[in-house]
This record gives sequence, structure tokens and C-alpha cells, in this order.
Amino acid sequence: MIARLAALVLVCATALLPVQATAQSGPLRIELTEGVIEPMPFAVPDFVAESPAAQQFATDISRVIAADLTGTGLFREISRDAHIARVSSFGAPVQFADWKAINAQALITGSVAADSSGRVVVKFRVWDVFAGQELGQGMQFVSDASGWTRLAHKVADQVYSRLTGETPYFDSRVVFVSETGPKDARQKRLAIMDYDGANVQFLTDDSSLVLAPRFSPNGERVLYTSYATGFPRIHVLTVGNVDSRILQVGDGEMSFAPRFSPDGRMVVFSLTQGSNTDIYAMDLASGATRRLTSTPAIETAPSFSPDGSQIVFESDRSGSQQLYVMPAMGGEAQRISFGEGRYGTPVWSPRGDRIAFTKQNAGRFHIGVMRTDGKEERLLTASFLDEGPTWSPNGRVIMFARETQGAQGSSALYSVDISGRNLKRVRTPAGASDPSWGPLQ
Amino acid sequence: MKHTTMALLMVAALATAACTNPNRFGGPDASRGAGGPDTSTVVPGSVDDPRSPAYFSARVGDRVLFAVDQSSLSPEARVVLDGQATWLQTNPDYLAIIEGHADEQGTREYNLALGARRANAVMEYLVAKGIPQNRLKFVSYGKERPLEICSEEACYAKNRRAVTVISATGLTG
Repeated sequence: MIARLAALVLVCATALLPVQATAQSGPLRIELTEGVIEPMPFAVPDFVAESPAAQQFATDISRVIAADLTGTGLFREISRDAHIARVSSFGAPVQFADWKAINAQALITGSVAADSSGRVVVKFRVWDVFAGQELGQGMQFVSDASGWTRLAHKVADQVYSRLTGETPYFDSRVVFVSETGPKDARQKRLAIMDYDGANVQFLTDDSSLVLAPRFSPNGERVLYTSYATGFPRIHVLTVGNVDSRILQVGDGEMSFAPRFSPDGRMVVFSLTQGSNTDIYAMDLASGATRRLTSTPAIETAPSFSPDGSQIVFESDRSGSQQLYVMPAMGGEAQRISFGEGRYGTPVWSPRGDRIAFTKQNAGRFHIGVMRTDGKEERLLTASFLDEGPTWSPNGRVIMFARETQGAQGSSALYSVDISGRNLKRVRTPAGASDPSWGPLQ
Repeated sequence: MKHTTMALLMVAALATAACTNPNRFGGPDASRGAGGPDTSTVVPGSVDDPRSPAYFSARVGDRVLFAVDQSSLSPEARVVLDGQATWLQTNPDYLAIIEGHADEQGTREYNLALGARRANAVMEYLVAKGIPQNRLKFVSYGKERPLEICSEEACYAKNRRAVTVISATGLTG
């Protein structure tokens, strides 16, 4: 088992004094639209190491920043081989002409210091090259050495926000199921990682089957389903702690599909009694449980709206899996999916305006998004088996699991922009499924 | 395919039993029949020992199969389950856990619930045939425990199953 997760990294942010006081006219900005985007060219010269001990951090942090930005598909890094200007000091004047010459629209400069107590300090500035001025204010972040990737993600988040006007998502983690072994003897463990697949740590061993973890809204706890007792039961654990416990949710053969409410106080889940599976809600403090659906159909995969007032879920009450929205306290449900095929695993977006889902049609699986009234359905992916979307904290990206076909089939995580662009695999050390994307840290 | 084969085996087994020992399966003398004379030559607990879980799996048939997205019992499944009910009545010291499964063509949580429907259909049938409910439990594995691993209907058909797993209560040696 895991003794502890790495110590929580305390990242402190401080604004640096602006370099220039000139008023900005039309700041450098990339507009996120549905159409094809020409990635914005940017340059990240290696951050300046303020001591020999900081050299490796300076290089690594610069590379993670570049990878975060290019990974969005919105930005294109200009190779360091093409750089003309050399940045030898954080305070030195920027040679805008040299960066214009290689068509870098955005420039990110920075420095890294590592002191003897193990603290790493990163400073950075973002430059609008063609306007010849700083974009926003310089900042510095501090953490212990083990948190250097978070420092890089913090810087990249700042750059992303300034260039897109969107809230960022790089400094976030994903809880998922790590998979090893063949299809008929698969071992599954809960694991947690950075959003980009780095720093994987296991939360459970492989002694019992575990499924479908979900982060609490603040990222401190994880709900999941475990067969530790021999039967599917909802468990809850605190990240960074070895202990997990069964959530006593009432009398039934199985409890599964747990999700937190946006305030973290309630859990909605499925309870199976006999052949019937319904959705229930439980108040975590009091244990008071309320039944939210009461048809003989299978009702599962509930997901709260971000304001906590509604729940989207799937039901086969019509004869096949479809999506429905009901008040959070239960009551009449409105069907929202009407296209061909079957719809499951709905997840409300953090912005509240869309629902992501898994769709099965004509032998293929898709990840898609629709408005909360079911209109404007758009399929983002297609494969033999795509399943289980989860939203990035800013609602711009969806991560999901893709299982390949056949006897050698295995599962991996992918992410895709909600525009359908930039489909790519999230690198994990082993097979992976059931991602749940946590909050911005 | 498998359910047909099993149904035939089952019918054959019943027919053979009917010829040689009419009371072996559930007749008034069932309690004596299970320990009848022809078992003295077999290894206890082996597949030839009619009181063994191995016999239950291999000869009675421990599983029934389902159509895509369905949990209703086919006529072939009912024949197998009649045999299971008879065996459980004849061997009252055993408990059974019924494991429900789905093929991989479905979302994970839906398939969990679907597997529960299938396992529960078997459980309800056995209860209706007189097996006390407190001897039976069910669990669903959804699509987590496939038996066959190809991504074709030939495999899917065998994975859409409910398996009755016999366990000792402690009263049995």
C-alpha cells in the first residue's frame, strides 16, 4: 500500500512590479471559437538559472510550460534552435526585434532560484512581442523542490489565461483506474496523477476490483466503488491518507456510481435492490438518505449541475439507455436525449451549459456534448469503445477512456477539446480507465 | 452456442438419471438418492460425486446465457435452472452466490446494473422453485470479468451470463 502521497505542495504566488507602465492597446489574445484555429506561435527560452543548483529546474520547468501550452493545440512553440536573442538575465531588456524576426507573437521569460532549504522560486513575465510590451504582470511562485512541476503548471496557467481570457486547467490532477493484465484477469487500482499523466501515485493496491472514482469538489476526497467485501460497495478515501471506508448508504445488494454534490456535502449514487437500480442521495453529515427515482428501470450515472439544483442521469425506462434531468431533490424527470442510439454516463460541465455523455450507435461508441436541454448535440470522438467523459476544471477539454478491440484490447486515457479538435492520448505508465478530473489547485 | 449444448447435456443427464435412478433428482427419496449406491466408487468431491460443487458445475450446469441487453430467461436457461434447483434441494447444506455478467458492449455502470438484473432473474427463478432465499445471494460484475476475450458475438454470447457458484456453509465437510 501507499504510505503517503508526496507532501502537499504549498505554492505561494507574488506579483512582481510591472516593467513598463505603458497603456496596453488591444492585448495579445487568441479567441477560442468553433472554427479551425491557427496556433499562436510563442517562444520559451530556457529560464535563467540563478545558481548551478537551479539549472535542472530551470530547464525542466521551461519544458513543462512549453508542453502545457502546445498540448492545448492552441499554441505552437518556436524551436529553441531558431532563437536569435539569448536571455542571460531575468531583468535584462527584451530584444523584441529578435523575437519578431522569428515570428514569436508571445514570449515567456523567467528565472529559477533554488536555495539550500530546498525551496524553488520561479519568476516569469509574458511579453506581447509585436506590441513590444509586457502582457499582464510578472509573478513569482515558490514551492519545495518536489513541487517543481506544479510551479511550471502554475506559470503555464497564467500564460494560458492571459492569452485566451479563459480560466486555466494545467495545475490539476486526475483520479483514475490503473489497469494491468489481460482482459480476463485484469487488475485494477485507484491512482492519481497530474493532468498530463505525470507523477502517478496509487491510492489502492490490487487486492480488490475498484471502479469509477470521483473527486470531491475540492479534490481532497475520492468516492469509488470497490469489491473489497465481495460485493460492489461505495467507498470514500481522503487523498494523502491510506485509510478508506465503506459509505453505509442503505440496504441493497449493490451500491455504486457515487458522485459528490458541488458543495461536497451530499453523495448521489445508485442502489440495487433485487432487479431494480435507482438513484439515491445521502447527506454525508447526517447519513439521511433520500430516494430520487422510483421506476423499475435501471437508473444510474447521476451528475449534479454546478449550482446543485438539478441532476442529470441515465435511465432505460423508455426501453433503452437515455439521458434525463430531474430536480436535485427528485421529482419529475425530463428526457433530453432524442438522437439515434443509446446515451449514458452524463456529466454536467463546470460552466453549467453543457452535458458530456457516452453514446452508442450502430456498433460504435462516441463521446459527445449537448446543451442541457439536449439541443446542439455534437459528437467529438468515434471508436470501438469510448466511455466515461470528465471535464477539465475550465470546461474546455474532456478526458475519457478508450478501449481497443479484440483479445489484446486495452484501455487508455484520451483528451479532446470540446470543439472536437486536438484528440490525443494521455500518457500513463499502464492501462487506464474511468478518469475523474479534479479542480484547479 | 454454449447454452444449447448445455441444455442438451442437461436433458441427456436428466434422461439418463430417469432411466437409472428415478429418485436421484428431487423425487421423494432424493435424500437417499444423492448418496446412492453408485457413488461409493467415485472420489468424494470429484466431478463424478453428485453431491460435489464440481458435479454441479460440470454436470448440472452452473450458468445460463442471455440475449443482448436482456435479462429474461430462455427456455434453455430454465431447463438448466430446474436442474440447479433440484441439486440445491438435494444438497441443502450448500449456499449459492449468483454472479451476473455483461458483455463489453456497454458503459461500465449500466452493465453493473444489467448484470444484477440477470443474476436476480436467476435468483428469483430458484426461489420460485422452492430454494429458500437465505441460501442465495447475487452479485454483479458488469463487464469486469469476461470469460471470453474476443470482441465478437461468439465471445459476447458467452460473456452475457449468470453463473451459480456453490459455496459450503460449514455444515458440509
